[in-house]
Amino acid sequence: MLDNQVPDRQVVEKLKEGITFKPTEAQLKEFAANGASATVVDALKNAPLKQSEGPKVKSPYKRAAQQTQGDPDAAFKEAEAVSEGYYGASVITHCCLETHGAVMAWDPKTNLIDAQVSTQNVSGIAGQMAQPLGIPASNIHMHQQHVGGGFGSKFGPDRWSFVAAELSKMAGGAPVKMMLDRRAELEVAGARPSAFAKVKVGVKKDGTITAWESSSWGTGGPGGGGAYPIPYVFDIPHQRKQHTAVATNTGPGRAWRAPSHPQAAAISMCALEDAAAKIGMDPYDFFVKNIDFTGPRKKNYLEELAIANDLMGWKQNWHQRGDKTAGPVKRGLGLSIHTWGGRGHASDCNFTIHPDGSVEIKMGTQDLGTGTRTAILMVAADALGIGIDQIKLLIGDSNYPVSGGSGGSTTIGGVSSSSRRGAINALNMLLAKIAPSLNAKPEELVSKGNKIYVSGDPSRSLTWQQACAKLGAMPITATGKNPDREHPPDLTNSGVAGVQMADVSVDTDTGIVRVNKMVAVQDCGLVINVKTAASQVYGALIMGISYALYEEKIMDPVSGRMLNPNMQFYRLAGYADVPELVVHMMTGPGYDERGVIGLGEPPVVSPGAAISNAVANAIGVRVPEIPLTPDRVIAALQKGVA
Amino acid sequence: MRQFEYTAPQSTQQAVGLLGQNWAQAQILAGGTDLLALMKDDIEPPKRVVNIKHIPGLAGIQYNATGGLRIGALTKLSEVADNADVRRNYPMIAFAFDEAASPQIRYMATAGGNLCQRPRCWYFRNGFGLLAMKDGKSMVADGDNRYHAIIGNSGAAKFVTPSTIAPALIAHNAKVRIVGPGGQREIELAKFFRTPQSETEREHDLKTNEIVTEIIVPPISGVKTAQYEVRQKQAFDWPLSLASVALSMDGNTVKQATIVLGAVAPVPWVSQEAAQALAGKPINERTADAAGQAAVSIAKPLSRNTYKVQLTRVAVKRAILQAAGGQS
Repeated sequence: MLDNQVPDRQVVEKLKEGITFKPTEAQLKEFAANGASATVVDALKNAPLKQSEGPKVKSPYKRAAQQTQGDPDAAFKEAEAVSEGYYGASVITHCCLETHGAVMAWDPKTNLIDAQVSTQNVSGIAGQMAQPLGIPASNIHMHQQHVGGGFGSKFGPDRWSFVAAELSKMAGGAPVKMMLDRRAELEVAGARPSAFAKVKVGVKKDGTITAWESSSWGTGGPGGGGAYPIPYVFDIPHQRKQHTAVATNTGPGRAWRAPSHPQAAAISMCALEDAAAKIGMDPYDFFVKNIDFTGPRKKNYLEELAIANDLMGWKQNWHQRGDKTAGPVKRGLGLSIHTWGGRGHASDCNFTIHPDGSVEIKMGTQDLGTGTRTAILMVAADALGIGIDQIKLLIGDSNYPVSGGSGGSTTIGGVSSSSRRGAINALNMLLAKIAPSLNAKPEELVSKGNKIYVSGDPSRSLTWQQACAKLGAMPITATGKNPDREHPPDLTNSGVAGVQMADVSVDTDTGIVRVNKMVAVQDCGLVINVKTAASQVYGALIMGISYALYEEKIMDPVSGRMLNPNMQFYRLAGYADVPELVVHMMTGPGYDERGVIGLGEPPVVSPGAAISNAVANAIGVRVPEIPLTPDRVIAALQKGVA
Repeated sequence: MRQFEYTAPQSTQQAVGLLGQNWAQAQILAGGTDLLALMKDDIEPPKRVVNIKHIPGLAGIQYNATGGLRIGALTKLSEVADNADVRRNYPMIAFAFDEAASPQIRYMATAGGNLCQRPRCWYFRNGFGLLAMKDGKSMVADGDNRYHAIIGNSGAAKFVTPSTIAPALIAHNAKVRIVGPGGQREIELAKFFRTPQSETEREHDLKTNEIVTEIIVPPISGVKTAQYEVRQKQAFDWPLSLASVALSMDGNTVKQATIVLGAVAPVPWVSQEAAQALAGKPINERTADAAGQAAVSIAKPLSRNTYKVQLTRVAVKRAILQAAGGQS
């Protein structure tokens, strides 16, 4: 019963409405052996028989309404060349190195639960557990200091947390740890839906895109899945598209880093690159030619394309489709562009300034290993005018002020905004307290370099320690919020642009693809810490190489089981597979003043498309689906369609 | 993992006594890099684990020019890969050991264990049995066989041999020494591997109460060797196909060639066709490719692994060309 979280009484009530077959004794025994409770087995035995409502086979295909913009038929007529192709991205799994799981301790005497869930959502777990467990959310204390990967798959407590909690209660409150093994992690703990599409692109000889037509499909498991934002980034004026979601009895889809975007990029950027190849145009020039279709981030794309060109040596090294040099190993270049929102989520925090000068921040956020702690401390230290080492940061605990789940690249904008406001609020309280002793108004005071001084007269000053000592016995506390519409301006923003280029070598005899170099140029508004920001991009490139070349959830047509729920056949890039990675973060005018924008998702969008385009450029034919495995590369070469 | 009895015998005699009459009764633990995974995945749950690591004399490398090379079964892969005598006299063997698995695994896994490791077939590893038969039909043939055999696959066994050191050793005419209740025996490594016909058989000649104790490689001179592995990843990845080549030369022409294929058949496949194609020929792109073609002339790919035919042809060709250009 725990496993599907449907309480026995609900099952019993449903059974009372009748069932369409009489279960045999053997079947009843089997149900019991499989964990059905006695009341359920009894209800099953006594359930009235009812007429079957007839064969109601639900179609696994769910076709969405056709979407049309402009006049695609006329635009295709106007086109001087039409490129047609098939593209796709397979289902992949999250494959978190720390698998999903939890440690639960439910003390039956106090009815308090100490919960440690591997999660991206510290503040949001208790609320999801309360009702199913029949316990007030306020009785659940959730905490977690580190998480070994989530990528969008760890927002809920999941079935295993409930099981662990129930088992703990049965064991008198002893902590129960339940972590998925590798097989379960890959089978059930989340999958990125697949996307496939037949695409037609109309272009003029000067490179102007006139029209887009696509018929796409994909599966996100039993739920089918949603449509994809295609054509991606380029809002082609005349387009017609239709998506069909396919429901399958495979593991359920879950948000995977930049949901829908990597698939949309793999379909769109490859289709557009093929269109450029059709008219013999360098895709760099082709993208620039059509840059107006990219909308408000157009200027960013142009700046980033130019920088990526320099870092990759694109213009010096790009060649027409098909490396004409001798030997089986062919080299090529590919590019892709991407976008994402990334506005900061709701986030509250508490600031405490102690009379001894120490500072404490409490926030119910989490650090996924991306540098959230570093960023919060930098923002707070900068606002308070003191060193990072004087601040104690407490996160990862549901006892702290609520902060949003780390998904959709929303964390950095949320936590930095609330930290900034909390620090300013706390500082203002401190300045109000000490202003009389400096014979100044609070607004005349500046806090910088561990000193509080009167603006324009630095000789009238107190050290941070001296200033805090004036608080007396009691510390001061202040709160910081995001969003906080009463205190403009908004410190976070939305909408980024990114450009990536890949340089690959393909062994046309074996179909093995090696990435030689990748360039990523990325903006995310105001960068708080360049090192951890760049690290996000490095990680995304490595993850991108993995899904471009290796990752695929392979389902057995005979047994319906996942065949590769292990890290031998579910390959991830190893050190030796990671090439030279060049990351350039856009900073300075035009970027800094936009405010803080999230970065987790955007850099993982383009690698698949960029690498696929580079392979097409190298070998002269399109390998339609990622991952670009040897069998697919060889099949494409043998088919030989350019 | 299921409960099991743990034993740690001090001698091969004791160990043999602890082994059972069938595989489910007892399993040998050496490096443990395969057995533990099999036990955790409930693929091979033995009632008793016989840890042979405490038996003295089963590890170590001995070499002399007249006697050849002896590798104790418990010798770690890394020790063989790093051994100066092996590197100097048997560079292909050193290469094969050095390319296997990952550094961490090479420090744990043993030479004997590598030969006895179970197939990586994903039907086997998912609990469908070594031959993965369902209602008398092969799940592999009807299912996803992209990594399965293209040669020697007409019977029930369609998995591929996983060892990447065995082809190199076989190309050097290695033997293995085996100890059982009746004493000691030696068998050519090429004959050690067998294609099982039923679910109760194994993919090697070892009886349930026998232990591999030593690998014996005869002395060589004037033989050019090379192994070529086609791998998706550059490291820590089982090859999709591999070829080990040993060439005895007569001036510029091949006197005798031994060409062993890995990852393409249920056993390391000694390709007579490739050897014949090369005999008496000089080595160049054309003859090497012809040998590759000959090697796959008998290939019968399954529904999804035709690409492996080309990979194997290329692996043979490249191994031959590398051997010709390499040390003798």
